[in-house]
Amino acid sequence: MSPAADRSKYLALAVLLLPSLAGMVVFLMAPVLSSLVLSFSEWDLIGEISWVGIDNYVTALADPAVLGALRNTLTFILGYLPSVVIIALGLALLLNRRIRGRVVFRAIYFVPVVTSWVAVSLIWKWLLNPQYGLVNFALGAVGIKGPGWLFDPAWAMTGVILTSVWKDIGFVTVIYLAGLQDIPEPLYEAAALDGATPWQRFWSITFPMLAPTTFFVTTISLISSFQVFDQVWIMTQGGPAGATSVMVELIYKNAFSYYKMGYASAISWVLFALIFAVTIAQNLLQKKLDRSDG
Amino acid sequence: MLRRTFTGLLLASALITPALAEDVTIKYMTFSAAPNYLKELDATIAAFEAEHPGIKVTYETAAWDAYFTKLQTVVAAKQAPDAFELNFENFVTYAEKGALADLTPLIAADTGFSTSVYNPTALAAFAEDGKQYGLVESFSNVVLFYNKDLFDAAGVAYPTADWTWTEELAAAQKLTNAGAGVWGDFAPIQFWEFYKTIAQNGGSILSPDKKTVTIDSPQNIETLTWMIDKVSTYKVTPSDVEMAGQSSEDLFKAGKIAMLRTGIWLLGDFTENAKFNWDIALEPGKTSKAHHFFANGVAVSANSAHPAEAYQWIKFLTSSKAAVDLRIAAGWELPAVSDAAAVQGYLDQPVPESREVVFQALDTAVVPPVIGNWNQLTDAVGKELEAAKLGQKTPEQALKDAKAAIEGLL
Repeated sequence: MSPAADRSKYLALAVLLLPSLAGMVVFLMAPVLSSLVLSFSEWDLIGEISWVGIDNYVTALADPAVLGALRNTLTFILGYLPSVVIIALGLALLLNRRIRGRVVFRAIYFVPVVTSWVAVSLIWKWLLNPQYGLVNFALGAVGIKGPGWLFDPAWAMTGVILTSVWKDIGFVTVIYLAGLQDIPEPLYEAAALDGATPWQRFWSITFPMLAPTTFFVTTISLISSFQVFDQVWIMTQGGPAGATSVMVELIYKNAFSYYKMGYASAISWVLFALIFAVTIAQNLLQKKLDRSDG
Repeated sequence: MLRRTFTGLLLASALITPALAEDVTIKYMTFSAAPNYLKELDATIAAFEAEHPGIKVTYETAAWDAYFTKLQTVVAAKQAPDAFELNFENFVTYAEKGALADLTPLIAADTGFSTSVYNPTALAAFAEDGKQYGLVESFSNVVLFYNKDLFDAAGVAYPTADWTWTEELAAAQKLTNAGAGVWGDFAPIQFWEFYKTIAQNGGSILSPDKKTVTIDSPQNIETLTWMIDKVSTYKVTPSDVEMAGQSSEDLFKAGKIAMLRTGIWLLGDFTENAKFNWDIALEPGKTSKAHHFFANGVAVSANSAHPAEAYQWIKFLTSSKAAVDLRIAAGWELPAVSDAAAVQGYLDQPVPESREVVFQALDTAVVPPVIGNWNQLTDAVGKELEAAKLGQKTPEQALKDAKAAIEGLL
């Protein structure tokens, strides 16, 4: 192809991409950049902006509220991430078998994924209601006195984790199902001939072959769980007594309740740095594992 | 001849055009009108436009929860409405940030109008450093609502003005009937209830000059202990878990709470929906009486292109007879006007019987100790109160920690 044809091809591409690209620049890149700039300032949205250098970052790293929110976010991740990955893997294995109506089951597990967070949070708020909720009713039926859930600081985070796992499981399951389709059938046949038990087949074939999928879902889930917000805001608003106060909730409060745009932006960038570092570390670990395997 | 006519036409159009050009539109933003009082707001605007040809009013509403986020965003984007509603706490924040137009010169130039039409205390709330930055629109307060039928059934005498916490507790204990799910007494344990309740025991959050934090005083510890004891020791008030997400108003309406401290904004709701006899009384105190006082005001944006017209609108909205009458008839809070005859219509309504209590409570009004970092203060103290309520901290420890948190904000 001639350079001129190349150029006209790129031009056509650029024109076609323009609508979504423009949206991304205006609504994503520009705010991201302005938040970086704002993080070095003090601004209450109404008055003038004043520049404070790295003060916001220095304050943030020593702020007990930030550290508390970070601890709560990590607690959330610790409860959420393994649960969602393990349960979804189990479900994917089940749904991958030739069972009657598996398409229906797959659809059912995926419904929460496409349901809005607001609806899900409100439904779970009622399910977890200590007096009238279905969860405590079910627990009561088997003789367990259910906890106060969202009203009890010791249980509120568990309630949020439960809701999040329930909602996200379908997504992870679908990815795992795709991963399972990619494992060549002859591997299992050969293993079966060699007399491998189903358990051995899982650990020696399925699990290692799914490693890239596992890496993908952990990374995606880890990033999204660092940013947990919607369900917290609707279910507990960070309470009771700050037990579910998480990073993004703290950012929101600082920005829109305390009128501290600069400080809120700085915390956002601290969160970004954290997610970035964790993702890089995960990536390196994955590469190392790959190499030792090969 | 033709030429003269033409000149005449030109002249005439020259005379008319400026009048047309003066047709200004005032943008107004409100939380108190939505969603229940839009009809009254429309009627007020119609009355205003009839009286002020050439000024049109359009409005935007937002529910209370979302209102200030929305207002702040439009102010930041320099798209602020010409006039907007503010509660007292946020008024202080906006005035201090220079977002409001100084109305003092407009009021001074407004011959035939005197601010004496307003309740002076309520109007003063919307002034800063001797400048009037807003006009007071309405006020509301909190009193003791009680279910007469439950009192009768338990054989307990109705609350009187000289009740103290002691009589309240004795009555609450008799009224509580765990088997029937009836609770004797309810007051939430949160920041707003706290600053009022400590005042009933002679306490405060800040010293009068707002320089010293007094939140951990012995009488405040005693007060917080009393608030919590009603739930955990005397069990006359339901805990959060026992409430299970139901509102105290709904429980009152269902006949499950005998005495409830809540706002007069519920008078209309209770009149309509409470299927039993009820009345209101002054709140019992410990060493003194204290009642909440909440005021809403209306201000003109510092960036408004039409401050004079916006001022005309907020003056009409807050003090005109048309607006006051509409408000009273609808129970859309209480207009803060000084004319007793204007509020007679409010007192004349039959339910509840003791409506005058609403005005008596004003004599012992306490205003919140507003500081610049107000929302942060309410969150920080609220969190400590919650920790005490949940038994994670002793009242003493919680208030000590609250003190440290407030000191960081002053």
